[in-house]
Formats: sequence, structure tokens, C-alpha cells
Amino acid sequence: MSENSSSRAVLEGPDIHRALTRIAHEILERTKGASDVILLGIPTRGATLAHRIGERLEQVEDVKVPVGSLDITMYRDDLRTKPARALGHTELPADGIDDKLIVLVDDVLFSGRTIRAALDALNDLGRPRAVQLAVLVDRGHRELPIRADYVGKNLPTAKSEKVKVFLAETDGRDAVELIK
Amino acid sequence: MNKHLISAADLSKDDALLILDTAEELARVSERSIKKLPTLRGRTVVNLFFEDSTRTRISFEAAAKRLSADVINFSAKGSSVSKGESLKDTALTLEAMGADAVVMRHGASGAPYRLANWIRGSVVNAGDGTHEHPTQALLDAFTMRRHLKNLEGRKITIVGDVLHSRVARSNVLLLSTLGADVTLVAPPTLLPVSVGTWPCDVSYDLDAVLPKSDVIMMLRVQKERMNAAYFPSEREYSRRYGLDRDRFAKLPDDAIVMHPGPMNRGMEIAAEVADSARSTIVEQVANGVTTRMAVLYLLLGGEI
Repeated sequence: MSENSSSRAVLEGPDIHRALTRIAHEILERTKGASDVILLGIPTRGATLAHRIGERLEQVEDVKVPVGSLDITMYRDDLRTKPARALGHTELPADGIDDKLIVLVDDVLFSGRTIRAALDALNDLGRPRAVQLAVLVDRGHRELPIRADYVGKNLPTAKSEKVKVFLAETDGRDAVELIK
Repeated sequence: MNKHLISAADLSKDDALLILDTAEELARVSERSIKKLPTLRGRTVVNLFFEDSTRTRISFEAAAKRLSADVINFSAKGSSVSKGESLKDTALTLEAMGADAVVMRHGASGAPYRLANWIRGSVVNAGDGTHEHPTQALLDAFTMRRHLKNLEGRKITIVGDVLHSRVARSNVLLLSTLGADVTLVAPPTLLPVSVGTWPCDVSYDLDAVLPKSDVIMMLRVQKERMNAAYFPSEREYSRRYGLDRDRFAKLPDDAIVMHPGPMNRGMEIAAEVADSARSTIVEQVANGVTTRMAVLYLLLGGEI
């Protein structure tokens, strides 16, 4: 980190825990029991969050919701700005996604371009009944007409700032930091 | 990764593992109903084949099309090459057509290396003379990894016409990069003079090597490249170096049998061995498409 940048924690571990629990409750409420829901996380941290939300759904209402991951690398619109990237892991439930309610899960919603790519990827994998979006942090500055259905925290940011999510599974601790 | 893929020696261990891991993810694309990704839209891949090939050309064509690239097939027969056009002029023609990558097969060792100096796009070697065939080595390594998980310390035996085989050279280089122990088995007349400098062991006794092999790869006896007598008779070759039922029984129970194709059934491999459950020969063809997709994505998918 350079000398004149500073980071501030905007969510700590317990805040993230509560936000995910609330999202789980909202999913159950909005989907009337989540009976045909599939949670698809966008690697890396979205996939981790999808698993956590899946566990919460099971704790709250004892529903077992299929959880998978959806890599969107091959559908990105900025592939040609950098050398080819390594691919993430895509894992879909064995029964496929046709006629299911897909809840996409990501850590930060920013320009909306990742979600646009995810919608394209889904289109090649099947025809879900509907697609919804859950994010831990919505930091604004959308560049496409996309919005989230479930938001852990709305975080007003300047476009020059960075939002970094840390999760215990990949980073050893839970936190969301705003880096100026 | 380098801009071109001409030799398996160009790949570091990290490069090779990145290609294999990418291929592992792309393998799922071949299982779904829409077997297509938009990643290489607008990129042009030219298949430039100066030698006959069915599986390699079709495999590269399928790989490029699954990534939505535009594919131009160029075969020397019926082209200006038969009117005497030089390789360089052909290359400049392709350059003018805006080829982002040229997949090249040529009878002369080193031809793709020359081509790489003349054009701006990436060059992928699809077999040059008796030199190298790196994507074949990658798909073989991918196939082995699917069966053996890790190649580190695994015993790989490659049997047959090493002298004329570009597959053998590329496999030895790549497999040693990946940490496997390779043993070549062939009659002395079918080993290149330089084999002592290769990162592998050499044996003339197939029966002694079989019980210790995790993988046995049979090479085709390349009659079309043989202009001298390398062994007394086909029958004798087959007796000493062919993989028949008795030799197959000496392999460990979980060992796999590979062959890059096309096979001479009854010569280097018995038909019943080639068709056994432990033969990966058909699987290798499917894995070829996946591995070549990974190579094309990593060469062309990003900034070029």
C-alpha cells in the first residue's frame, strides 16, 4: 500500500455475519421458502458467500438449497485490456438450472459489468425461471442498468476509492475495508 | 506465457500447469448443450497445414470455433503452394488477411519457428517434421493427469519409433518439466543420436520396464518417413516392441495405455489392447479439443 493511501474498516466480522443472516431471511421471504432456489456465487469471494448464505438458509428454515459457482472470465468485456487470465471454477447442480430461481451472489457490486457477464454465462447454461442478485456491498457507480435484490450494505464511495472484501476462508479474517 | 507455442521446452512448469488447469475448466464446456464461449469473437485463427492430418486439424478447428474465433483452413494441396509459392509469401498473405494466430503443420522441422519471425500473430506448432508437436504433449499430459492426479514422480514409458516421432520429443520435454520420470523404449536404430542429452532414460527391453510403468504410450511406426530398413521385419518389431495381450498383463492394474493415433493395429498395439477399458486412445481425441481451447484462449484471449 502506498504511503498516502489509508484503509478504513467499514464492516467487521460480526457485521458481515448479521448482513448475511438478513440476506438469508430476505431470500426466504421473497421466494416464499426458497424451494426452487439455486445459489450461484461468482468466484472467488462470491462463491464463498454463496456457501455461507446456503448454510444460513439451512439453519433458519431447514431448507437445503443447492449451492454452486459460476465463473464469468470467458464472458468479460475487458479481456483484451490485460493478458489472458486464469479461469475460476464453475460448478452447477447436477439437475441443471432450467426453470429454477437463480440467486447470483457476489462480494461487491460496482460497475455492474461482472453481473452482465454472469447473465450472459447463464444464458449459455440453461433457462432459469428468474435471476436475482445478492451482494455483500453495493458501492454505487453503475455503468449498466443493473441493480441488486439483496444488499448487505449500501456503501457510498468515491470512484477513486477501492473496496476490499476479506473472508476467513480465503483471507484468514472477515472484514470489508474502504481504501482511499 | 510466450507469444508462440513452438516447442514444449518453451513452457515453464507454471505455464504448463496453467494450460492444464485452464483445460480442466474448459472440459465442462464440451459437456453442456451450448458448447460455445464468446471469448475469441473477432479473432482469426488460420489452420495452415502442409501435411496430411485429420485429427489435429479438426481438433484445432473445433477448439477455435468453440471459442467463437473465425477459422480459415488452408491446406497445401490445391493452394498456391502447389504452384510454387514460398513459405514466406504464404505467410505474408496470411498476415495481410489479419491472422491473429496461425496453427501450422509442416514436413520440415523448424518451419513454424521461421514463420514466427515473419508474422505478427501467434504461431502454434501443430507438428513440424520429426521435431515437435507440443499440443499433443499437452493433451497427453492432461489425459494422464485426469487418471493419475499428479504427474510428479510418475513412471511414463514411451515405446516405439522415437526417431521419427515429434510426439515423443515434445512429451519427454513436457513430462520432465512436470516432474515425471520418462523412459524411452525402442530398437537402437529408431532412437535419435542425441537421445543421450534428453531428460529421460533409455531402455531396449520392454518386458523389464512394463511392471514399473504408470503409463505406457505406444508410438506409431511411421512407415511414410522410413526410407531405409530400421528393423528386419514388421513381425520381428511387433514381437519385440509391440504391446500385445501378454505384455498388457504385465502392467500394474491401474496403468493406462495411450497412443497418439493413427494406430497400426496389430503392429505396435494389439487390437484388443487398443480397445480395452484401460486404453485412453478415444479419450485423448476429446481431450485434444479441450487442451487446444486452453492454448488458444491463453494466447489470444487477452491483450495481444
